[in-house]
Amino acid sequence: MIRNPLEAILNSNKREEKTMSKPVVATTSLAGCFGCHMSLLDIDERILTLIELVEFNKSPVDDIKTFTKAVDIGLIEGGVCNSENVEVLKSFRKHCKILVSVGECAIMGGLPALRNGIPVEECLHEAYIGGPTVQLNKDGIMPNDDELPMLLDKVYPCHEIVKIDYFLPGCPPRADLIWDALVALVTGDPMKLPYEVVKFD
Amino acid sequence: MENTVKQIVEKYNTNRNRLMDMLIDIQESEGYISRDAIATLSQLLEMSQADVEQTLSFYHFFSTKPRGKYAVYLNNSPVAYMFGREAIKEAFEKSAGVRFGEVTSDGKIGLFDTACIGMNDQEPAAIINNMVFTRLTPYRVRELVKMMKEDKPIEELRKESFGDGKNYLPSLRSMVSSNIRRKGMILSDDYHFGTVLREKLPTLSPEGVIGEIKHSAIRGRGGAGFPTGLKWEFCRRAKGDKHYVVCNADEGEPGTFKDRVILTEKPELVFEGMALAGYAIGGEEGILYIRYEYRYMKDYLEEVLHKMRKEGLLGTNISGIEGFNFDIRIQFGAGAYVCGEESALLESLEGKRGEPRDKPPFPVERGYLGYPTIINNVETFATAVRIVQNGGEWFTQFGTDDSTGTKILSISGDCMFPGVYEVNWGFNVEDMLDMVGAYDVQAVQVGGPSGTLIGPDEFHRTLGYSDLSTGGSMIIFGKQRNLLRDVVVNFMEFFIDESCGSCSTCRNMTQVMNNKLKKILAGKGVANDLKDLKEWGRVLNASRCGLGQTAANPIISSLKNFRPLYEALLQKDKDFDEGFDLEKSVQASCSYVGRVPVFNHH
Amino acid sequence: MSNLIKFKIDGKECMAEAGKFIVDAAADNGIYIPTLCNMKGVKPKGACRICSVRINGRLMTSCTTPVADGMEIESNSTDIQDLRKSIIELLFVSGNHFCPACEKSGNCELQALAYRYQMMVPRYPYEFPMKPVDASSPRIIKDQNRCIFCKRCIKTIKDETGRSYFVFRNRGHKLEVVLDEEMGKTINSATAHLAMENCPVGSILVKEKGFDTPIGKRKYDKEPIGSDIKL
Repeated sequence: MIRNPLEAILNSNKREEKTMSKPVVATTSLAGCFGCHMSLLDIDERILTLIELVEFNKSPVDDIKTFTKAVDIGLIEGGVCNSENVEVLKSFRKHCKILVSVGECAIMGGLPALRNGIPVEECLHEAYIGGPTVQLNKDGIMPNDDELPMLLDKVYPCHEIVKIDYFLPGCPPRADLIWDALVALVTGDPMKLPYEVVKFD
Repeated sequence: MENTVKQIVEKYNTNRNRLMDMLIDIQESEGYISRDAIATLSQLLEMSQADVEQTLSFYHFFSTKPRGKYAVYLNNSPVAYMFGREAIKEAFEKSAGVRFGEVTSDGKIGLFDTACIGMNDQEPAAIINNMVFTRLTPYRVRELVKMMKEDKPIEELRKESFGDGKNYLPSLRSMVSSNIRRKGMILSDDYHFGTVLREKLPTLSPEGVIGEIKHSAIRGRGGAGFPTGLKWEFCRRAKGDKHYVVCNADEGEPGTFKDRVILTEKPELVFEGMALAGYAIGGEEGILYIRYEYRYMKDYLEEVLHKMRKEGLLGTNISGIEGFNFDIRIQFGAGAYVCGEESALLESLEGKRGEPRDKPPFPVERGYLGYPTIINNVETFATAVRIVQNGGEWFTQFGTDDSTGTKILSISGDCMFPGVYEVNWGFNVEDMLDMVGAYDVQAVQVGGPSGTLIGPDEFHRTLGYSDLSTGGSMIIFGKQRNLLRDVVVNFMEFFIDESCGSCSTCRNMTQVMNNKLKKILAGKGVANDLKDLKEWGRVLNASRCGLGQTAANPIISSLKNFRPLYEALLQKDKDFDEGFDLEKSVQASCSYVGRVPVFNHH
Repeated sequence: MSNLIKFKIDGKECMAEAGKFIVDAAADNGIYIPTLCNMKGVKPKGACRICSVRINGRLMTSCTTPVADGMEIESNSTDIQDLRKSIIELLFVSGNHFCPACEKSGNCELQALAYRYQMMVPRYPYEFPMKPVDASSPRIIKDQNRCIFCKRCIKTIKDETGRSYFVFRNRGHKLEVVLDEEMGKTINSATAHLAMENCPVGSILVKEKGFDTPIGKRKYDKEPIGSDIKL
């Protein structure tokens, strides 16, 4: 029995396996908590369908660290808080046909952006000098090694750095929303947006 | 201090509706409005302190901190910049030793920015302790500051000769010039004040007066253009124990100053027009609401009113007409452009924040204190006198079919002879530029920032309610001016500052659009930004009042008529850029932790 | 009920008592017009502009405009719907509305409207303002960053002498709604709770308690705002 549209495509894909290649998906977490990735895994048994349907490239899901081919769909979790985030996001834009901001942090900075109301100097001071948990840092050492990413003045939504094609709100976005979005992107069908699925928390 | 506040509150009968007057009096007596003064005031008026502050904090000229023995308010309109404001500002800062927004440590001199003070024909200009100093130069500024440091009385700072016209009068003694360059029925000297009240009214019923006004087809001179006769008729018919006549002399639209000139040269005509309107609508009290920038005219205008009372032109049974009682009081604002909007003006008159009211009900039904009220512009009242004197039919020979009569223009900017010109409606822009001696003109801002910015291919257009409607502000920009950087941004910031903040649209969209404009000016613009600006501007149509609805006009109209200026700034090789700048954004954190930013551009 | 009048909303014949505000008259006829600053039984102010409709080619706020006989009202057209969505988005970018970290999430009317209008991302850049949070009252926290200036607290939260606990301060982009310092010290628990309840967003919070309704049971978890208005 066909339970969802993805399986339908999957079946049709199987028949034409030799002529059609699978869509390629990449994911990353910038300034996020991996909660959105957890939510992706929360699609339960549908993950088996997904694995057959799409191929994962750079992603923590399969631990591929660098892009090895052109990607169809890039899923971005997290906002942009440092220079490394900028670099990763830009390389996603370069390699992916479609970029999706997944979750509140990617869309509007989310919880990390709570610091946006405070000057970055003050944040650093609190974290390394003034905070109650930094007694061991007696010399007031600051993170200034060249290997470390540089902190941005504030946390930016992804679409203020590169062009983002779609947005999936939620903290995290419901598993059903992520699933429906992937189905829609792969099939080209319009996406369903039931009321209970689109939430900001 | 406590006693002073008490006396002031008593002077206004402990009436909360007179809070504006109380705050003005406290500030003029104490220099500022202290915490203690607010506490005393709120106690006497049985209001919460925060409630007093909610009115106080709305108005630019009220201050809860000392502003210095000499408080300098330097105009920051684009025309001020065109005539050297930067140098004046620098001279003030250098010689006083503080920046704008600060007060010297000895408490002597405070420097502040302020929006257009109605002196565009004699910029750069500043207000110091209610006295206007025009045509400032760095030398003059150094001289002024030196005298301030020597604690000279403010009158002694007034070294120059007085302005033209009536500015020499003992009750004015002002350096301001009227600069009347062309006279028509309002500014002409052939009318003998009081003729209409004395000779015409005894022969005319109130309905007869309204009939003449309606026949003349005159429309409001403030800019909105509502038929005056109809307004008076509605108000006369509206039920209410009292009816009020309010004259709007808030004149806050940058670039307009004609009401200042009318009130200086022909105040009797305006007051006579108000009395005439009182007769027509059945009202006994008139209020002149005038912007605080014109505080220097207070004694002069009071004197004129006093004289009119003595001559029987104000008071009871005027001209022997039984029951025709009318008097006028003057109410000052305290620095809020939005109070030029009639319902915001009423709120301010009642001692509140100048937030426009929802309409309906309109002021003619429920206005000042809930009573039927007409609110007309200074020029409208003055014109009404000439209409009743000569008849509505006579008036229609001037101007055009849909815009009868004359219009007084305030013309400033890049031209030989800035000043006030009274012309017939139907005048075209080209003729206007030739009249004032304006050459190599790039653009004309018609009707102030809330109006339109037009270029040479539209100079054939004519002034009138159906073509180029204007409250009278005309600012001319020569070819050498950078319209976007020096004019449009300035006007947008004006609206951001002057929004009352009540509507979500005007409070936020002005800022959002100005940020985008600044992004484009910073070279980060892409083609899509222009589309955004055009579409986003439409949201402002949902605002409650005229200010909100037109608050994006500086961008919208320049984008429509000067699109190439915008296009030239766009990045040709990019279709996406939200203005993010990596190098800039890591600067603060890197310098704080002590590292040199390294960028791998691969 | 002798003074019933007829009017139309988006072509649909409606009836209501003369003088009713359009938003209420529409609700009586089963038509939902979204509101944010409006509150039943309180004098309207037309601050948020979300209830804008078009009458005779002009945009009017339906919370302040009384319905009149023969009036033809346009409410559901594409451009008015987009205008409402624009205003919601504008309010989101002008404040700091971090829904995941806000006690009012799920019960917030601004958020509920964003759900109803399916806001996936605001079209305007975020401003991330830096405004003060006033926690000086023993009972109330007033967070300026979440305030949408609807005036509901100003109009409804008063002491026995009629003085408002909350008032406006400054104007334009610097506008704030502040709690009177003295009155804030003595505000009682019931009034504080009412203030929080009347605040459509999370700008007024009562201290010491939050997040007490679990996700799934909050006001707007299952049903869109305005679902109560139907025939």
